[in-house]
Amino acid sequence: MRKISASIRRRGAAPLLAASIALSVLIAGGCDRESESSRTNGRARLVIQNIGSDTMVNLAQAWAEEYATVEPAVSVEVSGGGTGTGVAALINGTADIANCSRQMDAGEIAKVSAADGQKPKQNIVGYDALAIFAHKDNPLEDITIERLAAIYGEKGQIRSWADLGVQIPGCRSGEMILVSRQSNSGTYHYFREAILGKGVDFKLGTLDLHGSKDVVELVSRTPCAIGYSGMGYAMPGVKMLRVARKPGETAFAPNVENTQTGAYPIARPLYMYTHGVPKDGVNKYLNWIQSEAGQAIVRATGYVPIIKDAGLRVAVEEGAKRP
Amino acid sequence: MRRRRWELISESLVEWLIRLCGVSAIVFVFGIFYFVFREGVGLLWSGRFSVVQFLTSIEWYPTSQSHVRYGALGLIAGTLSVTLLAMAVAIPFGVGAAIYVSEFCGPRAKETLKIIIELLAAIPSVVWGFIGLTVMNSLIIKLFNAPIGLNVLNGGVILALMSVPIIVSIGEDALKAVPDSYRETALALGATRWQMVRRVLLPAARNGLLAAALLGVGRAVGETMAVLMATGHSIRIPTSLLEPVRTLTATIAAELGETAVGSDHYQVLFIIGILLFSITFFVNLSADLIVRGIRGKA
Repeated sequence: MRKISASIRRRGAAPLLAASIALSVLIAGGCDRESESSRTNGRARLVIQNIGSDTMVNLAQAWAEEYATVEPAVSVEVSGGGTGTGVAALINGTADIANCSRQMDAGEIAKVSAADGQKPKQNIVGYDALAIFAHKDNPLEDITIERLAAIYGEKGQIRSWADLGVQIPGCRSGEMILVSRQSNSGTYHYFREAILGKGVDFKLGTLDLHGSKDVVELVSRTPCAIGYSGMGYAMPGVKMLRVARKPGETAFAPNVENTQTGAYPIARPLYMYTHGVPKDGVNKYLNWIQSEAGQAIVRATGYVPIIKDAGLRVAVEEGAKRP
Repeated sequence: MRRRRWELISESLVEWLIRLCGVSAIVFVFGIFYFVFREGVGLLWSGRFSVVQFLTSIEWYPTSQSHVRYGALGLIAGTLSVTLLAMAVAIPFGVGAAIYVSEFCGPRAKETLKIIIELLAAIPSVVWGFIGLTVMNSLIIKLFNAPIGLNVLNGGVILALMSVPIIVSIGEDALKAVPDSYRETALALGATRWQMVRRVLLPAARNGLLAAALLGVGRAVGETMAVLMATGHSIRIPTSLLEPVRTLTATIAAELGETAVGSDHYQVLFIIGILLFSITFFVNLSADLIVRGIRGKA
């Protein structure tokens, strides 16, 4: 008896230890940002660290791959994690370029300035139209900003598909499943500000997923769902709703033309922030991104390129000139 | 003579090394305990945090721009509901399997079963989560006509599958620990095998089986990745098994990575860590005390 209970006791400690190790790994993961900012490896003379927004990670990767053929001496290393991660990496110097799907706020700019002695440089490198996704069997075609706010907002009154007069095959309960993003995602912040309005929070009970692609995939498998994500993430099984600014106005589909003309209401610029005095080669890379060749890739990955004549501001702006 | 002295030195060296290994576990546990407390405790006394709100409000708005609220009741309810369902499924299955493996099956079937059950424990939790996200989600929507397949049922079933191996292997140990004389006596008195299991073995192995169940609970409470993916990550107090929920662990995993170190949000996540630590500590301690109970009686 004694021997066996000892063996039980030995096993008993394992889950506790495992839990604490998991916790410590988690914590260490959160703090471990002190890796080297830029390394030179055998092939490339210059390595540019490019960290940030998950919305932009596919695009940034496509740029990096194409740039490797244009400029073999430079290697661009891309990683995601969210706009917040990119900004944090810029602040502690582990990134040369931070991809942001929103503007940096004043506090973040102050922190970069404090670390660098200079304000970060803000560059617009493309546009992202935030699409509203629904299941392909959903008969709904149009939606207004007002209704989206009533669906997603904390005090919004629309709770079921019946409130919109919609019946979806495969969704018998009619319950509306709201798919959203985790609270540190740039897409989440942008949606909150653009749709819900300043200071308004999301309804409790949204499904807060951890990636742009996850949102669209879940919607494609869930007839009752509605979700928002970058329009580049469209896939079979979902449809993108046309969005109108106000009831009675024309609803516009999320596509390149409507974003460039400014007709589509939920579109945002995508930014790449660099240090005030960027490393050699970083400016050249950004110029290439904003050139014809770089912008062709924007269009190819499902985002909207910057163009000069649509009333949309282009190119390098100082962080200080924010509206 | 010289050789003898060398043996003496190496002997004490090894002894010290082993002692160090033993003590290190204590150092690690207390080190982590200290770290988690230190990170979270600042907010606890700062006045910006209300324990009452934390424990009784469902409103979790850590990044709100107008009104930040840290109500963890929804998260606690999420963890509880998923854990309860997991145990409701895993304990009968686990104990049943332990009884079968220990009492009813032949030696070859026993070996095969044990290997396969232990294989179940070797599947990484992210793979379980992936199964929940893809296979189980569609399956639950079709079978139950549910609006969403990522819910308590999905997370609970997956956690049950993850805790069954622990319950089986520890439960089997506990049953094996019952002396054969008990079995022989029962059979000699004319009991059937089932009567023997129910009337003699289960009462005799009660404490060990309880410990097995509690360790299963610990596993279920602490699991992160699988529940993050399978429960839908949606804050609410569930009223049915088909509603999505969000657990304490998943909240830490999803939010800690990008909070500014030292901010209120960061510290609140550590307070959740303290809460989780207390829960697992309490569960493990009770398992330990129960097992001690066995030893005391023996």
